[in-house]
Amino acid sequence: MKRVLSALLLAAMAAGCAQAGRGPAASPSQRPTTLPGAVALADPFPSTYRSFPSRPTLIRGGTVMTAAGQVIPNGQVLMVDGRIAAVGASVNAPADAVVIDATGKYVTPGIIDTHSHLGAYPAPGVQAHEDGNESTDPVTAEVWVEHSVWPQDPGFTRALEGGITTLQVLPGSANLFGGRSVTLRNVPARTVQAMKFPGAPYGLKMACGENPKRVYGTRNRAPSTRMGNVAGYRTAWINAQEYRQKLEDWERGGRTGTPPKRDLELETLAGVLRGEILVHNHCYRADEMAQMIDIAREFGYRIRSFHHGVEAYKVRDLLARDSISGSLWADWWGFKMEALDFTKANIALVHSAGARAIVHSDDPIGIQRLNQEAAKALLAGREAGLQISEDEALRWITANAAWALGIHDRVGTLEPGKIADVVVWSANPFSVYARVDRVFIDGALIYDRSNPALQPRTDFEVGILPRGATQ
Amino acid sequence: MRKTTLALAAVAALGAAPLAAQTIAIEGGTVHTMTGAPIEGGTVLIRDGRIAAVGRNIAVPAGARRIDARGRIVTPGLFDSGTNIGLRELDAVVETNDYRIGTEEEDLVAAAFNVTDGLNPNSMVIPITRTAGITTALSRPQGGLIAGQGVVIDLLGGDVEAMLVRNPVAMYGNLGESARSATRGARGTTTLRLREVLNDARAYARNRAAFERGETREYAVSRSDLEALQPVLAGRLPLVLEAHRASDIETALRLAREFDLKLVIYGGTEAWMVADDLVRARVPVIVKVLNNLPNTFETLGATYENAARLRRAGVQVAITTGETFKSFTLRQEAGNAVAYGLPHDEALRAITLVPAQIWGLDGDYGSLAPGKVANVVVWGGDPLELLTSVEHVFIRGREVPLENRETQLRDRYLRLDDTGRGYVRGTR
Repeated sequence: MKRVLSALLLAAMAAGCAQAGRGPAASPSQRPTTLPGAVALADPFPSTYRSFPSRPTLIRGGTVMTAAGQVIPNGQVLMVDGRIAAVGASVNAPADAVVIDATGKYVTPGIIDTHSHLGAYPAPGVQAHEDGNESTDPVTAEVWVEHSVWPQDPGFTRALEGGITTLQVLPGSANLFGGRSVTLRNVPARTVQAMKFPGAPYGLKMACGENPKRVYGTRNRAPSTRMGNVAGYRTAWINAQEYRQKLEDWERGGRTGTPPKRDLELETLAGVLRGEILVHNHCYRADEMAQMIDIAREFGYRIRSFHHGVEAYKVRDLLARDSISGSLWADWWGFKMEALDFTKANIALVHSAGARAIVHSDDPIGIQRLNQEAAKALLAGREAGLQISEDEALRWITANAAWALGIHDRVGTLEPGKIADVVVWSANPFSVYARVDRVFIDGALIYDRSNPALQPRTDFEVGILPRGATQ
Repeated sequence: MRKTTLALAAVAALGAAPLAAQTIAIEGGTVHTMTGAPIEGGTVLIRDGRIAAVGRNIAVPAGARRIDARGRIVTPGLFDSGTNIGLRELDAVVETNDYRIGTEEEDLVAAAFNVTDGLNPNSMVIPITRTAGITTALSRPQGGLIAGQGVVIDLLGGDVEAMLVRNPVAMYGNLGESARSATRGARGTTTLRLREVLNDARAYARNRAAFERGETREYAVSRSDLEALQPVLAGRLPLVLEAHRASDIETALRLAREFDLKLVIYGGTEAWMVADDLVRARVPVIVKVLNNLPNTFETLGATYENAARLRRAGVQVAITTGETFKSFTLRQEAGNAVAYGLPHDEALRAITLVPAQIWGLDGDYGSLAPGKVANVVVWGGDPLELLTSVEHVFIRGREVPLENRETQLRDRYLRLDDTGRGYVRGTR
């Protein structure tokens, strides 16, 4: 029943949260149900993700970094039925378990990127592939980036070789409201539906600052200033409040009579106001972040993560106070005015203030080595005199990222009950020399550096790449 | 014959910097000289901006400043061969950009364009970069068919002439997709235009007097461009062509043979596919390591193993970031080359000695040996590791503070105390 419902309730999401840590990861048999025309389906593009076949697997001998406070030298991780069954110095494994010797290696949760454009701005980056910004109107909350995602982007397989098991693909930042994001499992697939993280909530991309005002201001239309940006957000939220009211009146009236006319833009915005869709807000400057926090308060929604946040360190207390995470770079700067006031200690300072710090990529090369980006941010923190452990820094690319995507009950740490997304590294992941040896998603071995048969390639790469060009 | 621009510029400003006559002994570290095996417990003695001695059992003169480098690694300063440092303060703030003339759409031959007068020795990018152990950078022009002349600078700050190491160091041009907009069309148009320009430059050199009298045919480009190309045609000034597709690199090799040019390939994404030809032609390649995506149809062969494969074949390879603001990631590029097969010592050389060799500066730069310019870095551990701190940076024998705008902002915000904030200078 729950999955049918009202104009926008994302029941699948709620259900997913409720069953976190248990049961099968996907319900591929779900199909959309036909409804009266004016009412939105809860989940019109349902996930068809199925976990790959797996066998009970024991990884032993390696240093297990749980991202949950524990680092276990010579530890063991047992995966059964796609879940982490046990983690410890020594665990009881079934007799038929596949045993993987990770002596000298390191074992971490699967790496999660909160900010990618893979599939929407795929490689090759030809004009025909530019599907990440619907920059025809500053408010395009009605678009869903999953409708742009090309599953054959070779960037996905490269990211897998960097240990990425889950990623959020976002629309670009040309618009005040760029559209819905989608959270994907990083598995080879023919369709985007087969990559969608079952039950993951949707996100809404918003953008502050230079990009929207430049894109529209140069066309002599609003917004052309930062104050124009803010007027644009508030106007949209006022419309969303009104729409939400109509919907809820109709729901409270027993869902009789004509439901409010469907509006894709307002469905998404009202979904945010109802707490069902998470806000991912591109915002560089500290003062603008503070204003976005006030706007969120004015309209009663939460910001889940500020993205880029080159100046997040200046308002890290505000982020901590309102439980807003910071999806940040280790050291990007200089590409525009609002990216001037960087410090390499940004991530460490945000972390040390008690806010959730995240290393994000926004880049198809960077996504392949979030571990290295975290290492640089860790060094900067230490050089600033902050005490930060490797386990804490690992959370910047695992547990904290999972929280920002609303899937922290299911992934992001090596703890019993979590989905078995596991990476085996050739060395400490904070070393520049560390390579990903193996990647497990839902307990299934998806990538193996020593086995060419387990090194997925996209259709694009077939018969077009020179021999030997796949490293 | 008139002096060429190169001849004039060859009077490089080496040693022109006002140096404190200081003697510094960096003692007890593992010294990677780049020309031999690492020296354990070695001393690097610096005097008056140059390296005076390197080795064990070096006598330290009385009064020398002594730096304890036991347990530390000592290397030459790093050298990034693909930046616009000093020519760019903020990318999207176009009025701070001085690395190109014209727009991408123009059929641009800017051989006479030399970046020197645009260099800003007070650029904030300079301290941000050198704090990471990069002491020397090639600042290059970009865009068009022939982009202009680049220079090598020490990241000293102060004044332009003091920073210059070689001016010009090379002529820059583009082949393939990066030249497409400049020549409005097919690859054949690019090379047609390039040959036309080079042939005109030759003709001009033979007919200067007639040209001045207005008695020559019309040339394809301006007099100053024709003049600027003379040292390139004479094989004295390297021509750096950015090329990625294997066939474009082969085209560059053909052009170099036709005109007897001293060629350097920049980018060279698919260079590993034509490594043997590069070896035969003795053409070096400057690569960015973190480049493994088929982002264009001319980079389908992108692989992280490019540097390692080229070295294995015997090609001279320097590693660059290709960045300006993030030139400080040079060691990460080199470290990843190691992760993908390049021996560690080769990776270190690819960001020190090899660029110095490619640019003909290895007499003064790129290694730790008596007489060399004292660009020296002391590292807390493996220089290529991301958790290793830079402890000391010396440029021309002077220690530079490990402080920059980024660390000052950090220090200004170490405490969130609103009442005092605006008065925190952020200096340690």
